Amino acid sequence: MNPTPSIMSQPSSSGRFGEFGGRFVPETLVPACQELEAAFTEAWADPIFRTELDSILKEYAGRPSILTECHQLGARLGIRLLLKREDLNHTGSHKINNVLGQTLLAKRMGKKRIVAETGAGQHGVASATAAALMGLECKVYMGAVDVERQALNVFRMKLLGADVEAVHSGSRTLKDAVNEAMRDWVASVESTHYCLGSVMGPHPYPWMVREFHRVIGNEAYAQCQERIGDVPDVVVACVGGGSNAIGIFSGFVDTRARLIGVEPAGGAAVGRGQPGVVHGMRSYLMQDEYGQVLEAHSVSAGLDYPGVGPEHSYLASIGRAEYPTVTDAEVIEAFQLMARTEGIIPALECAHAVAWISREAPKMQGQTILMNLSGRGDKDVGQMMEILG
Amino acid sequence: MPGLDRLETRLRASRDAGRKLLVPYLTGGLPGWTDGVRAAAANGADVIEIGLPFSDPVMDGPVIQEASQRALDAGATPVTILEEVRSLDVDVPLVVMCYYNTIHHPGHQRFAAMLASAGIWGAIVPDLPLEESGPWCAAADDAGLSTIMLAAPTAPDDRLPLVCARARGFVYSVGLLGVTGERTSLAATATALARRLKAVTDVPVIVGVGVSNAEQAVEACRVADGVVQGASVVRRFMADGADGVGEYVAEVRQALDRGI
Repeated sequence: MNPTPSIMSQPSSSGRFGEFGGRFVPETLVPACQELEAAFTEAWADPIFRTELDSILKEYAGRPSILTECHQLGARLGIRLLLKREDLNHTGSHKINNVLGQTLLAKRMGKKRIVAETGAGQHGVASATAAALMGLECKVYMGAVDVERQALNVFRMKLLGADVEAVHSGSRTLKDAVNEAMRDWVASVESTHYCLGSVMGPHPYPWMVREFHRVIGNEAYAQCQERIGDVPDVVVACVGGGSNAIGIFSGFVDTRARLIGVEPAGGAAVGRGQPGVVHGMRSYLMQDEYGQVLEAHSVSAGLDYPGVGPEHSYLASIGRAEYPTVTDAEVIEAFQLMARTEGIIPALECAHAVAWISREAPKMQGQTILMNLSGRGDKDVGQMMEILG
Repeated sequence: MPGLDRLETRLRASRDAGRKLLVPYLTGGLPGWTDGVRAAAANGADVIEIGLPFSDPVMDGPVIQEASQRALDAGATPVTILEEVRSLDVDVPLVVMCYYNTIHHPGHQRFAAMLASAGIWGAIVPDLPLEESGPWCAAADDAGLSTIMLAAPTAPDDRLPLVCARARGFVYSVGLLGVTGERTSLAATATALARRLKAVTDVPVIVGVGVSNAEQAVEACRVADGVVQGASVVRRFMADGADGVGEYVAEVRQALDRGI
């Protein structure tokens, strides 16, 4: 076991990471959030729950995920590049870690149904999968724009028995899918668990989802020790809500490694936002001069989100992690670069991390970079086919 | 208990005189909305709730979502709406309904001052639960504004007195599990929660969310001190303008007066 990291410890009793986080939800949802907090606290301290979850992660999701060294791309960029292969998990992304934890918890709480939001569809597919496994009813809300650009994942969810509802309000992307999932939860809270897909939302979600993804960082830390006998110089992940980044950061936050969360230029909550409150949390948020939430624009549906998890806002505010941006053009280039040099098609989300590494490599010559390859790019092939003509 | 809250004082006086309280809601910034407010005021409203449109209204159903979007598309901001409030000249207390980021962004004290200087009496903030309400409530108290707290059907018994203790003006008793919008019948939770609240507080208890017509308003008021009429008013305003609001508010007013 790694020692408990001190910078990423438990939030305050009001769910704060520094001045970020909290529980800004309608009164109707307060008791449910309190119940969830109590249930998670109790389950997470229960060896039986932990053993059962570990067993499912191993035998169903395929953990531990491997560490792959990118020899060609590394040599080309003048760095040593290691990938944490979350793309090889069952359902093709890191999202499965969180949903297996949450659905196991939902069953323990006696819930019969889960609702989830999804952007790229990865969390929706993972939720539909876990619901099928656990015998729970599942409804997934997805922005109408994303339903169109991620048609394959929509069909996958339906195959898995989930009910997928296209959301036509607002920007018709991830932000609006979260709104609609919350509206559903307000009406169904007694029977339903909201299976939130990232380290965002009201307390206890940012903390709970981080704990379910801590396995990424724990494994990666041990694998780096074994492979390079040290921690990497830099740990890089893409950031929308920020769950895969939090997961891998958790293993290195108390080491000397630089932590880099790469945001899309069109959805840079930390880079372009100010503290605000939406979706239950106080965090950096892209908003106008009156506090209206701005629409994010990214080639990647999974990062098309104007906010960010509150712990990222905290890590940014204390200077522990950096949150640079990359453009869609850089991402499209990086997507192809990784495919051609390594034979790995990354999710468009992860291509953000590749793009940053590729751009910044001249300043990191000879360094070891660990990147969280949080999802595979199969879902993006159709979209790339259109983009590349 | 600070006994000097002017909204509560006024509503208690009406209630104690045997009147059921009627609180129509209208989304600010819709084209012609001020005429809708005047029509509501002229036809028997006791308080009028003005919605400040927000990009992400998680407690609102389709009708108020659409109204918010239309108002935003028309260029409405809190500043333009409050500017129009100054010109309203109605003799009914006005409160705003706004999501918390609308307050958080300018800052608690600045926003409270904006409301107070426009002649607003109070605020309803549906995504600001009791535990997070301290800084806003303090600023509102200092500015002489009533913060109307919401109580939900999911609240356990020990939570309701805490919510009521912080409530100023009235307690907004959420009528059902769900978002704003019209329903074919009044949910059983509407009267059940109002009854639980009446047992622990003397602050006026007004039921909102899912009270959809005059008949349901009368039903809710067999227990509660009054009702909010949200989606039913907004829908009529968007379809028939201020006249539709005036006729509907008059109809509910008459039903409440008869029903007692």
